[in-house]
Amino acid sequence: MIELQGLTKRYGDKLAVDGLTCTVRPGIVTGFLGPNGAGKSTTMRMMLDLDRPTAGSVHLDGKHYRQLRDPLKVVGALLDAKAMHGGRSAYNHLLCLAQSNGIPRARVAEVLDTVGLTSVAKKRSKGFSLGMGQRLGIAGALLGDPQVLLFDEPVNGLDPEGIHWIRNLMKNLASQGRTVFVSSHLMSEMALTAEHLIVIGQGRLLADTSMADFIAQNSRSYVRLRSPERERLLDVLSGSGITAVTAGDGSLEVDGADGARLGELAARHQIVLHELSPQQASLEEAFMQLTAESVEYHAHSAPAPGPAPGPQPPGSGWGTDWQKKGS
Amino acid sequence: MTAPQHPQPAAPQAPAFAPEAPQWTGGYLSPIPVRKATLADALASEWTKIRSLRSTMWTLGVMVALVFGIGCAIAAAATAVDDNGGGGKDMSALSFGVFGVLLGVICVITLGVLTISSEFGTGMIRTTLTACPNRARVLTAKAIVFFLLVFTITLVSTTLVGMVAESMLQGQWTDRTTGEMWLRATVGVSLFVALIGLLALAVGTIVRHSAGAITAMLGLMLLPLVMTMFMYASALSEVRKFLLQYSIPYELFVLFASGTDGPDSSGPTGWDPVWIMMGVVAVALGGAYAALMKRDA
Ligand SMILES: Nc1ncnc2c1ncn2[C@@H]1O[C@H](COP(=O)(O)OP(=O)(O)OP(=O)(O)O)[C@@H](O)[C@H]1O
Ligand SMILES: [Mg+2]
Repeated sequence: MIELQGLTKRYGDKLAVDGLTCTVRPGIVTGFLGPNGAGKSTTMRMMLDLDRPTAGSVHLDGKHYRQLRDPLKVVGALLDAKAMHGGRSAYNHLLCLAQSNGIPRARVAEVLDTVGLTSVAKKRSKGFSLGMGQRLGIAGALLGDPQVLLFDEPVNGLDPEGIHWIRNLMKNLASQGRTVFVSSHLMSEMALTAEHLIVIGQGRLLADTSMADFIAQNSRSYVRLRSPERERLLDVLSGSGITAVTAGDGSLEVDGADGARLGELAARHQIVLHELSPQQASLEEAFMQLTAESVEYHAHSAPAPGPAPGPQPPGSGWGTDWQKKGS
Repeated sequence: MTAPQHPQPAAPQAPAFAPEAPQWTGGYLSPIPVRKATLADALASEWTKIRSLRSTMWTLGVMVALVFGIGCAIAAAATAVDDNGGGGKDMSALSFGVFGVLLGVICVITLGVLTISSEFGTGMIRTTLTACPNRARVLTAKAIVFFLLVFTITLVSTTLVGMVAESMLQGQWTDRTTGEMWLRATVGVSLFVALIGLLALAVGTIVRHSAGAITAMLGLMLLPLVMTMFMYASALSEVRKFLLQYSIPYELFVLFASGTDGPDSSGPTGWDPVWIMMGVVAVALGGAYAALMKRDA
């Protein structure tokens, strides 16, 4: 159980985390979502007492991190993939961690085996790939067999097999009654692992909800219909008690209907259909809508096509100048 | 939906848990025995860290080579010199060790700084502090391990150099060597060098950047000597003398060479350099503890 109480962190002018209050419960995987720079890593660093909060507090099972006598046996954390000295071997990296908390040496070999790094245990971590570094970090988190686990973007750099593995690992850890708190940018990834969601944007809490609720509220499933005889189709549908909405592009959208039934209905009235497709609004879209106002770092894919100076004839765009010169 | 929904159970500000009964509802209990981590655990951890880096081994190897190699080479050169005319009455066969140690100090400075600054540079410090949130304990363990390591290695190499020099210079300089001189040129010098190592560790903790901290330490060691070269004005002669006598190379020379009643009793003599350095290190370590405890990692 992790309790955040009005947690706030200010770096100079920048308010990285802004009055965050929420509870992370044991027994389930809790996803921590937010766009880049939302303050996820900062929040996790404050949980571990690495960064001191400007205001507010964090309690782990009722205790402040600093009060823990044997922290690795209570909390395991994966922060940056490479929070380790590259000159040290994987084995020695874990050994020095184990020793600092009086964890038996045999545990080191065990966790190396769990994450699949036994064969490179004696190699210096400098030469590790991103995914290997991530695995070593996860091994460090598991070392003390703790009841609280914090993972900051654990799938970062892992191969598909590794992603599958960490998903199951997190679910297993949670099912043993541990508190598992995972940050991510990917809603779709969280939909597969997390049972509860905490969403932040610009350091503020945007949502604290169960995954099931989030999906129920945000993933609209509907059937899209397109027909040259739109008006007649609308009449037929309303005649059968089905409400259809006209979408912007002239197609019809029917919420929660069965595609087969709609097809049969149209056939019975001999209406030509050009399209009949079941659609699902993705969770990713719902997440982007939720955080839209708080995204700080936008990518700009092209020069904004907005109001260009002076009217331009259609077709004269990019490259026309060059064509003129060439001719 | 976008409004934060506060979970209804467990009122946020009420830590209603009985502190003596660890009750994690449906929580997980590890089979690993739980016991309080202590300074001894931190020492074991720091020792593993320091011995598991190749750079440590290299730097210390170079240091031993410098202290022993240069010490013996200079003693060998001195066999050709007749001391009847030259040489202060403070000189003994042991004094020739000073040059090797002076260069060895540079290795100690580098290693002392890197012991902590490399953790900041790589991000290892976050892992370290997560494993041991008691930051004072982390720095104490690092300081003890590093101090003992440097002290032991310096003691072994200076003792060896001393014995080689004594045997090479039989009958030339050896008659002046007293037991107190022996103690000062081995134990005293080793204490002094290990203290410089602690100073480097403290500076590394405060500065955090390897290059910056090493530069600062080398500046501290060499700048006073360089400055004295430009102080010709007689008005500055007192400052000049002070800078010279309290520069690290001079202090080392005092430990190696001077008798307790040296020719220039205005400056540090005998064991003074060790006490002076202890004071400096105490202040610097105080600053290092404060910096480590206060700042974000
Ligand atoms: N040490 C620091 N000094 C100054 N500003 C910082 C520091 N650490 C973080 N910030 C700022 O705080 C904000 C939150 O950063 P944080 O790393 O917590 O975001 P994040 O949610 O983890 O982002 P990402 O998804 O990209 O990992 C950012 O705007 C960042 O610039
Ligand atoms: Mg982050």
